[in-house]
This record gives sequence, C-alpha cells and structure tokens, in this order.
Amino acid sequence: MADSANWDWGTGEKLISDLDEWKSSFNWVEEPYVSPDGEQIASIVNVDEAEFNVCVNGEVWREDIYDKAWHLRYTPDGRLTALVNENDEWTVAVDGESWENTFDYAWNPIFSKDGGTIAVSFQKDGEYGMARNDAPWEELFANLNCPELSPDGTKTAATVQIEDLGSADIFKFQDGVFTAADDGTPWDSKFVNVWWKSFNHDGSKLAAEIRLNLYDYTIAVNGEPWAKTFASVWKPIFRPGTDSVVAPVKAAGKWTIAEDGNIIWDKGFVQLWQQMFSPDGKKIAAIVAPSFGRWTVAVDGIAWSATIGDMITEMVFSPDSSKVAAIALEDEKWTLIVNGSLWQDTYDMAYQPVFSPDSQMVAAKVEKNKKFTFAINGKTWNQKFDYVWDPVFSPDGKNILARTVEDGKYYRRVIPVNEMIG
Amino acid sequence: MTNPSENKKPMVLDEGLEKGAAKLTQDRIEKTIKQVLEGETGARFKAYVETCVHCGLCSDACHVYLSLDRDPKYSPAGKVKRTIGEIIKRNGKVDAQFIKEASVVASTECNLCKRCAMYCPFGIDTAYMMLIVRRICHKLGVTPLYIQDTAHSHAATMNQMWVKEDEWIDTLQWQEEDAREEIPNLRIPLDKVGADIMYSVIAPEPKFQPHLIYDMAIIMNTAGINWTMPSEPGWDNSDMAMFTGDNELCARLKKEHFDLAARLKVKKIVMGECGHAFRSVYDVGNRMLGWRMHPFNTIHAIEFYYDLLKTGKIKIREKYKKSVTLHDPCNVSRGRGLHDKARWVINQICEDFTEMYPNREHNYCCNAGGGVVNCGPPYKIKRVTSNRVKAEQVAKTGAEILITPCHNCHSGMDDILAYYNIEMHTKFICEIINEVMVKPEEA
Ligand code: SF4
Ligand code: SF4
Repeated sequence: MADSANWDWGTGEKLISDLDEWKSSFNWVEEPYVSPDGEQIASIVNVDEAEFNVCVNGEVWREDIYDKAWHLRYTPDGRLTALVNENDEWTVAVDGESWENTFDYAWNPIFSKDGGTIAVSFQKDGEYGMARNDAPWEELFANLNCPELSPDGTKTAATVQIEDLGSADIFKFQDGVFTAADDGTPWDSKFVNVWWKSFNHDGSKLAAEIRLNLYDYTIAVNGEPWAKTFASVWKPIFRPGTDSVVAPVKAAGKWTIAEDGNIIWDKGFVQLWQQMFSPDGKKIAAIVAPSFGRWTVAVDGIAWSATIGDMITEMVFSPDSSKVAAIALEDEKWTLIVNGSLWQDTYDMAYQPVFSPDSQMVAAKVEKNKKFTFAINGKTWNQKFDYVWDPVFSPDGKNILARTVEDGKYYRRVIPVNEMIG
Repeated sequence: MTNPSENKKPMVLDEGLEKGAAKLTQDRIEKTIKQVLEGETGARFKAYVETCVHCGLCSDACHVYLSLDRDPKYSPAGKVKRTIGEIIKRNGKVDAQFIKEASVVASTECNLCKRCAMYCPFGIDTAYMMLIVRRICHKLGVTPLYIQDTAHSHAATMNQMWVKEDEWIDTLQWQEEDAREEIPNLRIPLDKVGADIMYSVIAPEPKFQPHLIYDMAIIMNTAGINWTMPSEPGWDNSDMAMFTGDNELCARLKKEHFDLAARLKVKKIVMGECGHAFRSVYDVGNRMLGWRMHPFNTIHAIEFYYDLLKTGKIKIREKYKKSVTLHDPCNVSRGRGLHDKARWVINQICEDFTEMYPNREHNYCCNAGGGVVNCGPPYKIKRVTSNRVKAEQVAKTGAEILITPCHNCHSGMDDILAYYNIEMHTKFICEIINEVMVKPEEA
C-alpha cells in the first residue's frame, strides 16, 4: 500500500481534470476510477469502432489502441491496471504496459494488500490457471474457480478440476474431481467441492471450504480435512500469526465459529459469516442473525443488542481493535453501525467505513438522492457532490482527502475534519 | 391441436435413482427419515398431515390429475398418500424400492406449483409435502440423474449449466459487440460498482439464448438505466438445488448472488424472465439464509418492463401485430401476484391479446416447473402427456404467439406445443419489446 504520509496533504484544492472535455474527445467515456492519492483520474475510452484506450488526467495511455478493454482498477500502490485485448489475445496492462504473457481469456484481477502483486485467472487453449505478476502456472486444469491471493502476494490458489467429468456423470462427480491448486500445484486429495479459501500470513498454509460428499462440509488445510464435519461451512480465515483456522460452521441447526474443527463460541445463530480478527489478533467479530430476519455483529460470541432487518456488511475493525463499524440496511435505506450504535441519518447507499489512524473517528462515503458526500462520526457533511470516492484520513487524522466530481470536473481536496463536522 | 392417444406409460430408467437406491440400507433409510421428519419439520408439517380429510377438493386443481384421466393416484392428496403418507403410516419402515418410487412421484409428478393449496379448504400445501419427500430422497442420494447433475453444476460453478467463468464474460462482451450494430455506443457495463441496478439471468441465457441478453442490453441502453452485469460467479440467479432438496446448496447459491449485489453496491436487482429463480430469492433461498425477504429490492423483469413503460423510459413505435396469449408462470403470478402487471405490459406492446382460461393465479402450471423439466429426457413424454389440459387451454385461444415470461415454462410449453401439434410459437416479453420499441436513432 502506498504510504499516505508521502502524499500532498498541504494543497487545499487541486483541479485534476475536466471530465467534460474528455467527452468531446472520445465516442464515449466509461466510469472513472481515481488513484489512492487522488492525483489521477482514469477511464476506459472508446476512440473509434472497436478501438479503445485508457485516458488518465486527459492523456491517453499509449498511441496504439486496444481492441477491447475492461475492468480498469488502481492497485493499492497506485498503479493503473486493465484487462486488454489486442489481436484476439487478452492480457493485463499496467500503467499502459502489457504483460508479456497473453491468454485466450484473462479475468478477475486480485491485488495483494500492498498492491505489489497482481494475480489473474486465465484460460489458454481451453485450459485454466492463474498468473501472478506475469508468471503463469505451469500446470493447467480443466476448470478453475474461487481464486485467492495470499495477503503478502507471494502465493495464488484456486479450486481446480483434476479429472475429466463426462456429461451428467453424477457418480464420478460424487467421487470427487476437484481440489485446490496451491500456486498451481494441486493438493493430493480430491473432494466433491472446494470453495472459498484463505492463506496464512506467509502463504505456507492454505485453508478451504470443502464438501466431502453431498452432505458433509468441513475445512481442509493443505489438503487435510478437519476431523469433524458440519451441515455447512463458510470461508475460513487464519488466526493472525498462527496456523490455526477459524471458520463459520453450522452444527445442530445453528451457526457458530469453529477453530481447527472445534467449536469455540458457545452461542449459535440463525446465520453467521464474514468473521474477522481484530488487528491485535485478540478478538473475532462476525456478522450474525441472532433471530430469524434480524442482523447485527457479534464480537467474541456476544451479539450487539441493536439489530437491523435486511443486511449488515462491509465490517471493519478500528486500528486499535477497540471498535467495529459496518453498514446496515433496512427498507432500502443504509446507515452505519459502530460498536452497536446505529447512526441516525440514512442514505440510499453507504460504503465501507474508514477509521482515522487514532481510531477516534469513522467516516464513509454516502449517497442520497443521487448526490454524494461523507458521513463522519454520525454526522452528514453538508457539502454535496456529483460523485465522491472513499474518504482517506491524513496520517495525523486532522484532514480528509476528498476526491470529488462537481460539474464535470474532478477535484482533489484536503479538508480539515473539523470543518466537515463543525 | 391433435390429441395423441399415447397415454401409455413408457418405461423410465433413471440411473440416478437406480444406482442411488441400490446403495441404500434399511438402517440408513430409517435414520434419514427420522432425522428429516423430527429434525427439520415442525408444526406446519404436523398440521398438514393431521388435517387432511381426503375430501378431494384439491384434485381438480392439479393439471397432472386432470390430464391423466382423473386417476386418483395423481391427485395432490393421492401423491401425498403414495409418499409421505405411507412413510408416516409405516413409521419410516419403507424400503429402497419405495424411496425410488417416492422420488419419481415427488420430483416428476408434482411441480410444487401450489395451485392445489388454493383449493384446499384448510390450505394444505402439497408442494411443501413433496419438498419434504425430495429432501428425504436427497439425503438418501436417490434424486433423478439430470436434475442432480444440474445441482452439481451449481455446486461446482455457481451456475446451472457448467458455464465456465470466461465463457460467461465472453458471451456478455459478444452480445455487447453485436448490439452495437444497432446502437453504436451501447454498453453492457461489467462490474460497475455503484450502478443503480444489477441485472441477473439464469445460465441457459449465455448457454443457449444469448439473444435475450442482447434484448435486455438494448432495453437498458434505450431507457438510459445506470446498470451493471457482474463478471463473477453469482451472476446466475437460478437455483435447482431448491428443487432437489439440497437446502444447504440452495442457500449457498443465494448467498453468492446477494453477496455480489452487495459488493457492486447496487440498489436493486432486476432478474430476467425466470419464475423459479424468482421464487428462490423471495421465498426459499433467502429464508434458508435467515432473511424474511430478499435483502435488496429484487424485481422480476415483468415489474421492470412495467416501470419502464409507465414512466415513459421506453416507448412503443408500433404495437406487435400477431395475436398473443399469456401463460402465467406459477412462481410469478400465483407466487408473487405479478399477473396484472404482466397483462398491462402485454397490452401496451401487443395489439391482439387473448386470455387463456383459467388464468392469473388460477393458471395451470406448464408441468416443467418445480424442477420437473430438469429431470430430463427420461420423463419428457410423461411430462407432456400429463399436461393435456394445458395443451387444450392454450389451443383454445387460437393465438399465434404464446408469451411465457419464465424459462422453465418456455421449455415446457415448447414441448407441449410440439407434442400436440399446436401451431403456436413461444416468446419472452423482452423479445417483443425489442421488436416494437422506439430505439435511440428513431427517438
Ligand atoms: S403439481 Fe401443483 S397442483 Fe399438482 S399436486 Fe403438485 S403443487 Fe399441487
Ligand atoms: S389436501 Fe385439502 S383439499 Fe386435498 S384432500 Fe386433503 S383436505 Fe381435501
């Protein structure tokens, strides 16, 4: 991740680009993306029939055009990537430079936390694999799903099909034709299904949700299933700094948390997912339904008393591990919920909450009546914009980087938090 | 309409049932039945079992019973008697042959269409009882082969037709490119975070009917909708696991679908013209995950077209000339009350609409629904012969076009029209809208 300390926190306002001008230069301009530091704005643009380019701050990426381009995204370290097609071959373009390897198809780019690694799923000559920083797997497979990249970016993994499966051959399917490939090397064991997976901190261990037959679900770590099975499971994660695996499991009709196969919460819920460790590794929070149709967050098995009817998602811990924030939906209105308290203001959409470095403030991008702004510590900023991206706190927590579009122009602003909530 | 006399019962050999039943032990059968009946059913099940007075009022509601010369064994109560009724009577002591036959009854002789429940004075829902039977059969591994394969596809790929991830995206891009011949700046925006609408379809669209995605792209672009289609799994809103009794997989599929909408930060999901998929988000999968209703505003294509026409976002150039009739899909009309909106839409776009009778929430099922069509070729003849009443109902309208805003209905009705030699063609609503609407260059 780019170190925000090096960003320009001194300039109050910069007009980065006049987006309306772009529109007159191209047939069409697709939805824009901005760099983490806010200094760049970019869009895929159509130049002519079946001719595409990427426009960054008003300049095209390169002279040659692409036949197709999609999935434009900035990496956490501020590099601009897209999936591009030239001469019927697909690859990844990074800051206008294409990878050397090309594929019959490439999709689903995933970035490591620091942005240094880009991984992608690909198909070549009817076989499937992943490529990491332009290095494709050597062994390819009949199909590939549920890709994952280790947090440090050193390893890729996906569910792969390792045996042929004839049309409607339900018996062979039930014998197991899938496994996980860890950096392209399949586990020794085969399963009926392998779904979402996680790596440990250094990429040496890989855990995945598996189904052993049509009924028994569990977690496999490096190919070895837990001793216990469950009625269902969701995506596992590793306890930070350890090789222990923690996953939601359904046992005796209720969802709870298991670690290495053993249930560790004494409470069961109607639903439980998206479990997460606090940054200090001491707490586990999860999104839960304590009763049918009501949703909240449980920390270490204790559910908040405030519940909401439709959805809780985008959960995040504060850097000091003391707070949990998420967004909450009821009757098509979103709000924020922080440590069990629902904010009063509601929105047509809310985005993932962002904590200040000292954990004292929480802010989020919000949308109401097709206008965008930020909500901070329960208050909605009175300035409205045609579009904004997620807020970023300055390292001292005093300012917020506001990346906004107004009247067809993209601005980068540094705004004192006091001014926003004052 | 000709009326083929072959009401003969062809021998059905289904490997899924044969091999599954061959593996059963008496102990496993009894334990599984006990677990499902004691662990997974409650007051509702008990009330249904205890309340039925065998009055037979539900019989005339069932197209299967009516089509098979009112043979009582095909009446709703008859199907209950032959399956769960017998299981209860024998206290779970039934053998593998019985389980195989019960699976055939529950999976291929009942569409879970719930028409009978409307006519029962006690509201007994035979569909629910048949789902319990399917659940027992699933847990015993005795499910018809083709629908089981569909469930496997769902499990492996998160879509029902083994569509690989690149094939899906490639199809969307191909349809986008083709549609640019009509509207040069047209887009099918993939993974557009913050779009108002996520459009989701069922896997037969990319596999066999990509022109339906084309039609919707034309409609979305003409109406100026801020929409997106997802590139990732979860794009398929269908759910045959709901019909095999694999509740855990059914829930997993709906989770992928709703998770995707949450990640894309959309305000609404619009689902294509499919009935069972719609039921899976408003009635079944959502509830298996712990939601009362769908977490997002989720609407069927009929409601979407209704909104677009009402608000003038799409306008009609000239109404469709051929005479049309409408088959009400059970999961859309009886299940969710969209029959009047469907009629309003059809009257806006078609000049000559004729009702079939009975209609709206009383309409007869197509006999493909409830996963019956997915049980595949071994049951095809049985499926069409056991819906003669539908053929008669449709033929009487004399219409040229049969509108069926549901994929399963579409397949089922195609088979019925062909088998009974009825000169009529099926169409989805989007196909007609695309033909008659004002396109951007004409505006
Ligand atoms: S097919 Fe429909 S009407 Fe017949 S028994 Fe089943 S749910 Fe009832
Ligand atoms: S289900 Fe209802 S209508 Fe049918 S026989 Fe039983 S009581 Fe009568």
